[in-house]
Amino acid sequence: MIAVIIIIVILVVLGIIFAGIYNSLVGRRNQVDNAWSQIDVQLKRRHDLIPNLVEAVKDYMSYEQETLTKVTAARAAAINAGNQGPQAQAQAENMLTESLKSLFAVVENYPDLKANQNVLSLQEELTATENKISFARQFYNDSVLTYNNKIQMFPSNVIAGMFNFTARQFFEAPEGDREVPKVDLR
Amino acid sequence: MYEQIRSNRRASWLLMGFVVALLAALGFAIGAAVIGGPRGGIGLLGVFGIAAIAWSVLGYYSGDKMVLAVSGAHQVTHENEPQLFNVVEEMTIAAGLPNVPAVYVIEEPAPNAFATGRDPQHSSIAVTRGMMQMLDREELQGVVAHEMSHIRNYDIRFATLVGILVGMIALVADFFLRFSFFGGFGRRRGGDSSGNAGAIMLVVALVLAILAPLAAYSVQFAISRRREYLADASGVELTRNPLGLARALSDIAGDPQPLRHANRATAHLYIANPLKKRKTKEVSGVFDTHPPIQKRIGILLEMAHVGPEALVPGRRAAAVAAGDSTAAAGPSRASGAPSRAAGPLPHEPPPPPAAPPAPLA
Repeated sequence: MIAVIIIIVILVVLGIIFAGIYNSLVGRRNQVDNAWSQIDVQLKRRHDLIPNLVEAVKDYMSYEQETLTKVTAARAAAINAGNQGPQAQAQAENMLTESLKSLFAVVENYPDLKANQNVLSLQEELTATENKISFARQFYNDSVLTYNNKIQMFPSNVIAGMFNFTARQFFEAPEGDREVPKVDLR
Repeated sequence: MYEQIRSNRRASWLLMGFVVALLAALGFAIGAAVIGGPRGGIGLLGVFGIAAIAWSVLGYYSGDKMVLAVSGAHQVTHENEPQLFNVVEEMTIAAGLPNVPAVYVIEEPAPNAFATGRDPQHSSIAVTRGMMQMLDREELQGVVAHEMSHIRNYDIRFATLVGILVGMIALVADFFLRFSFFGGFGRRRGGDSSGNAGAIMLVVALVLAILAPLAAYSVQFAISRRREYLADASGVELTRNPLGLARALSDIAGDPQPLRHANRATAHLYIANPLKKRKTKEVSGVFDTHPPIQKRIGILLEMAHVGPEALVPGRRAAAVAAGDSTAAAGPSRASGAPSRAAGPLPHEPPPPPAAPPAPLA
């Protein structure tokens, strides 16, 4: 009798632990998905803002057609990469970031543009969107880290394996930022 | 973080219980002294107890509205204040919170800010006009990140309740003390208590009326000092840029104006003491609501691995004076923030234009 009760108690406790781990895994996975959709929202917003910016500056910058075309092309490429997975998308978006950076560097040379209220507010919006993208990415990567840790560490990895939880990819920083210096050991 | 949230929830309940008990005791003592006898005491105990519970519930659900109204804050939108609103949105995303807090502005020149509300879904951030004019985007981001941390770990619930309840205790005790000093009591009306007992209860009531606000204040002081360090640290975790907040704090420390709309009940909510006495001491006293600001700046500089020479105050003010408005809208996040292995710092190249000259050793 007592043995039966003990076994039942042990089973109930195990069941509760099991459910707890499973639920926290689902919670983490949803957080990762949610964080990813945040990045997506901000990337879309940037795509929407760029035509306005190009429109606002192009009359002033007739000598800088090349910079403008680069921005427009990078934007198109980024939109295209939208459904090719995090890695391809990150690469295209990083290109777009670079081209915008050079555009703003050029704007610095045009006093008329710097005083233009419309351009200024567009610049603030784009700065904010850039920041939102990078903060969303920061949050996404943090979420991926905790999630991946969870599905690879004991004991949650057992349950993760049973229910097919798979590791997620990080949204990588631009290539140039993270190049590791090569060490020659000869 | 979950530990903090849990402890804040627990502390909020404890505080409400403590305040109800304290007021009930005060009610009993005043009642016994003024109306006379235990019957009067219990009568007033009931009245005070119910009033205290009602006030606690009111404070829980609309304490944020009260605090914002007392502080003279008005709500702004993205159209009115695009930059402030954007910065708040950025930090909401960095903190991974479900919705953007309501944004308020206080039209005062003294630079300061606070957050209030009962949970992340019902939260507000208020910033003074002086703060927005004095700080550049990066510094503003540091301040908003600090406030966002208060929101994220439910400090706002506890701190708002403390403000509302401490304010009430102070008010009741003050009222009673003033009243009894002017001799406004018709004593021993009930007749069923001896003069002695009534006198003793009056003394107890006086002592309680003096001690209650002191006890309430010391709770307020003790809880808020540690929280500020914590919010500084977790704010930096959001921006990954300790220097932004450090420079903001040093700008705030350099400004001598007190905030007119702040009072003792709300002082602990602000990012820096709004009732400046401007003593630059190293240790915090029992009655300080904030840790010494220089010490906070020191900790932040340590995180950034730079010396105090990295603090270039009022850069935005200087830029505005020079007619260079782009400095205010330029890219914001500086390097120097220790990036985590798996959270690679995005786009920004190491020294963005907004970074100070960085004459570090």
